[in-house]
Amino acid sequence: MGAELGKYKSCVSARSTDKAILAGAQDGGIVTTLFAYALAEGIIDGAIVAGPGDLPWKPRPMIATTYEELMAARGTKYNISPNVSFIKEATRSYGLDKVGIVGTPCQMQSVRKGQLYPIGLRDVGDKIALAIGIFCMENFPYQSILQLAEDHAAMSLESVKKMEIGKGKFTFMSERGAVVPLPLKVTHKYEQPGCHVCLDYVANLADVSCGSVGSPDGWSTVFVRSKKGDDIWAKSVAAGCFETKAIDSVKPGLELVTKLANEKIGKNQKTVDERKTFGVGKGLRIPYI
Amino acid sequence: MGLLSSVFKKDDQQKPADVVTKAEITKKEVKPVVDKITVGHVHMSGCTGCLVSLADNYGGLLTILDKYADLVYGLTLADVRHIPKMDVALVEGSVCINDKLSVEEIKQTREKAAIVVAVGGCASYGNITRFCRGGQQNQPQHESFLPIGDLIKVDVYIPGCAPTPQMIRNVCIMAYLLLKGSPEQKALATNYLKPLMMAAQKGTSACFCDLMTEVINQGLCMGCGSCAAACPVRAITHEFGKPQGTRDLCIKCGACYNQCPRSWFSFDVVPEYESIMELIDTVMK
Repeated sequence: MGAELGKYKSCVSARSTDKAILAGAQDGGIVTTLFAYALAEGIIDGAIVAGPGDLPWKPRPMIATTYEELMAARGTKYNISPNVSFIKEATRSYGLDKVGIVGTPCQMQSVRKGQLYPIGLRDVGDKIALAIGIFCMENFPYQSILQLAEDHAAMSLESVKKMEIGKGKFTFMSERGAVVPLPLKVTHKYEQPGCHVCLDYVANLADVSCGSVGSPDGWSTVFVRSKKGDDIWAKSVAAGCFETKAIDSVKPGLELVTKLANEKIGKNQKTVDERKTFGVGKGLRIPYI
Repeated sequence: MGLLSSVFKKDDQQKPADVVTKAEITKKEVKPVVDKITVGHVHMSGCTGCLVSLADNYGGLLTILDKYADLVYGLTLADVRHIPKMDVALVEGSVCINDKLSVEEIKQTREKAAIVVAVGGCASYGNITRFCRGGQQNQPQHESFLPIGDLIKVDVYIPGCAPTPQMIRNVCIMAYLLLKGSPEQKALATNYLKPLMMAAQKGTSACFCDLMTEVINQGLCMGCGSCAAACPVRAITHEFGKPQGTRDLCIKCGACYNQCPRSWFSFDVVPEYESIMELIDTVMK
């Protein structure tokens, strides 16, 4: 394929140097640290992140304008946070001139479509100062997470301390130390259907994208993609926000990222193709033109 | 001289002092404006919000009029009484079919313009004029309003209420590149305008329900939030990550559906966002 990792200027394995961030981070604390740096330096006035919602593990898009608010949004929730829904509001009620946003690959597609085709996003496009994408194989509705935790992992969502997908397992970890790894074979059917037509694994359209895959535990693989991203990333590394290692010096490295990207894209391209002949002489709509 | 080469030439001359800048100004006046496109703003039954949006490009509007387009028709803006021949007609508002002049003018627009662009929700989808029941002084019998696509063939839609200044600007630039650009620029403009042309072919009706029938029911929604961000009347919220519309608030402008990355998404255009945005920035300088 060749295009599975998107365009990027550089790729490293990285980890935050901020111990407090790492204590609650999913992997290398990249998103929180980069936003914290950008906030402190005035590169962004605030960032749209997946903050805590009204139920355990239910995210709610939130505009973080302080380090403390960023800290509250650390970690992956594995269910839907419509972060793009705040992108206009951030520039209106919140009055931000330089907006940061974190999101899944599809949300990065939304942001870029919104910049090129701002149908309902007046004066928003040029205010997007930093878009951080996260690697994503699929997402889950909240009720799926609830069902997986309670029915399959036998934990109440309140007692779940961390969730993690890696090494072929969706693992639930409880506050009291229980660790329940569910095979992905079990979790597949609970995935959000809309994810099955997605042809992007590593957030090709973000300024900077990151995820655990390819790097050792506690580290993240980081792709630096746009000019903006390159500039901010270089400054943050120079400011000592991150420890970095060359991506070809770590295991399992880019080979695994490429493999998983091709797996996702191949599987989903098949789903897209099958939509054409879904019914009898009738197909399903395909959004890609 | 191609657009890009003239732009880059200007860039080279930007840093040096006044003398050079002056020389450039002289050159601009000497340069004939024959390769501009002609644009008209045709005002049907709309609130003038679309025209205000066009004007809200501020300096950018002057750049467009200076370099790329001549405004040959426009209520209050150009002293021209009858719809002239033009390259691009930007039509605002829906057509009151109870008003002979409106019907006549939209037909003339189709005859006189090479490209007809429906600017805004009313021209594209009827929008708020869908809710009209007549009875207003001083023409109470004016009660039936149709989007222009129900009466003439429309080439491009710019949905939204109001359509954004940036979207109108982008379409103006792309229309210029399509008609006057190099082969590569023509290809880019074609790709950029394609989804907006497909929107024009798709139909003349829009509302929040499109998200239900064309996106969610089709198994395509992934809960990004674009629709809620685009909605001008805050009719859309997200419950457990999926859009919920207060349908009584919906004004049928088509912004949510067209902003959605799962209504249409072009892999020819969007991944090139960085270079396209740079191109737009450069030509607007």
